[in-house]
Amino acid sequence: MNIEQEVGKCDPFTLGPLEAGPACCDPLPVIQVKDLSLRYNGKPALEKVSLDIYEGCITALIGPSGCGKTSLLSAINRLTDLIPGCSVNGRILMQGRNIYDRDENVQALRRQVGMVFQKPTPFPLSIRRNLSLSLHEHGITRKTEVADISEQALRDVGLWDEVCDRMDSAALNLSGGQQQRLCIARALALQPQILLMDEPCSALDPIASGVVEDLICRLRGRYTVVIVTHNLAQARRIANYAAFFWVSGHAGQLIEFGRCQKIFESPRHELTAAYVNGVRG
Amino acid sequence: MYDVVRNRGLRKLREYAAQCLIYTAVLLISAVFIWLLIDLLRGGLSHLSWEFITELPRDAGRAGGIASILVSTLLILLVAVLTAVPVAWMTAVLLAEFVATGSWFGKAVRFSLHVLAGVPSIVFGLFGNAFFCVYLELGFSILSGGLTLACMLLPILTSTAEAGLRAVPHVYRLAASALGLSRAAALLHLILPAAAPVMAAGLLLGIGRALAETAALLFTSGYAERMPDSLLDSGRALALHIFDLSMNVPGGDEPAYASALVLVSLLLGINILAMKFAYGLQRSKLMS
Repeated sequence: MNIEQEVGKCDPFTLGPLEAGPACCDPLPVIQVKDLSLRYNGKPALEKVSLDIYEGCITALIGPSGCGKTSLLSAINRLTDLIPGCSVNGRILMQGRNIYDRDENVQALRRQVGMVFQKPTPFPLSIRRNLSLSLHEHGITRKTEVADISEQALRDVGLWDEVCDRMDSAALNLSGGQQQRLCIARALALQPQILLMDEPCSALDPIASGVVEDLICRLRGRYTVVIVTHNLAQARRIANYAAFFWVSGHAGQLIEFGRCQKIFESPRHELTAAYVNGVRG
Repeated sequence: MYDVVRNRGLRKLREYAAQCLIYTAVLLISAVFIWLLIDLLRGGLSHLSWEFITELPRDAGRAGGIASILVSTLLILLVAVLTAVPVAWMTAVLLAEFVATGSWFGKAVRFSLHVLAGVPSIVFGLFGNAFFCVYLELGFSILSGGLTLACMLLPILTSTAEAGLRAVPHVYRLAASALGLSRAAALLHLILPAAAPVMAAGLLLGIGRALAETAALLFTSGYAERMPDSLLDSGRALALHIFDLSMNVPGGDEPAYASALVLVSLLLGINILAMKFAYGLQRSKLMS
């Protein structure tokens, strides 16, 4: 099944058909990770990772626990700055500039690179405030504008119809799946180029997980998505590219990177083959 | 076989004994409180009236009420809280949010707060007398007493606020940063509101502590029983009034009991409020 068919299957929301976005088959690197090594208190977690993330595509990071997938993800929006004892070596280029440069504006970077966490992380505020807080912070303060952006973001994640009549109730009263979609909407409201997702479905029940997965499918083309997942079937369903990580020695390493289909059907490395076939990992 | 049965019996007996001990301890603790309360009620209730709350004391407190004493107590509390809260909460924010957990600086500040918490109140009284009354020439005044109490409140306010801030889940900070929020914005809009119930509970506990303080005020706010005109007047706190009535005023037992009843009711109310805040927080945490 090719991508167009797959996306056509799930488009009742406002994101529109995939044809509007850039074609996924024309690989244009938007993030280039170069020789990235990451340490926690001197202990290596990732060694010499180099890979390109292509614009408009979904890139899945797969591999066993503790192989540094999440670490790589949080290196891309420099959330690693907040982890005590974490040091990053190497470069991550975004539109040609190294985000680890001394004069990089981290706040602006994080506006460009949204992130969704494994467990839904709505703030203990109202639904409306969850969306408007970051908009206010980034200088969007006009009431109507904030409301419009919020509505659009909620429509994009298919949550608008469910919450439009209770925008002022607590976000923590939503169900797990709704909370996760709210978090995605919160990230989308800032109109990022790139969306990082750290196992966004693993804390959800199968139905909510399916809804979120469909949503991620619809993001393809409009956003560049990097998703960490332990669910190989999910990676296979939604990703254009896949990167396989494995722990060798004590640090995580990138074993293989390529088109998703290739990683799953004709992997070059025997570790990849063993992992995707469920023999190891 | 026999051994197993005997062991089981023994184990049951031991469990039973342990339960008995625990229940006795609980009962003892509650009994002390209830006994105290009954004693206070028996001694003070007959003397307690609306006039007792609203009238000025006469005849060294044997007659009249405790209006001026309540006003002094309130003013001392107000001075103490208004000075201690900003300092303590800002320190707590610094310790919880901006200083690395194991850092030398944080450890030093926490250590000094622990020592401060353990200093007997009479020592605070002497310090307050030497520093505020004599050195700063504030004399025996409500201001001196309040400032001395503020020093005593610093450790309890700081440590409760720090604990409250640390109890805010780390994911809020991560999620806020991931949205490009500055640390100040995250602190102001997310972390402080989330920690507010614990901080409020700590504040109430601190107020309770200050309300019951006697020794530190003996040397600082003095014990003039008239209505204070300004913060530079001497004023007698409620706990000090009880002390004076029962130790220095023959025939002052009944008003002493009644004043103690007022004090304990205030403390009880404050503690119930503090518990409510803490409970509210627990519930909101369960929801997340």
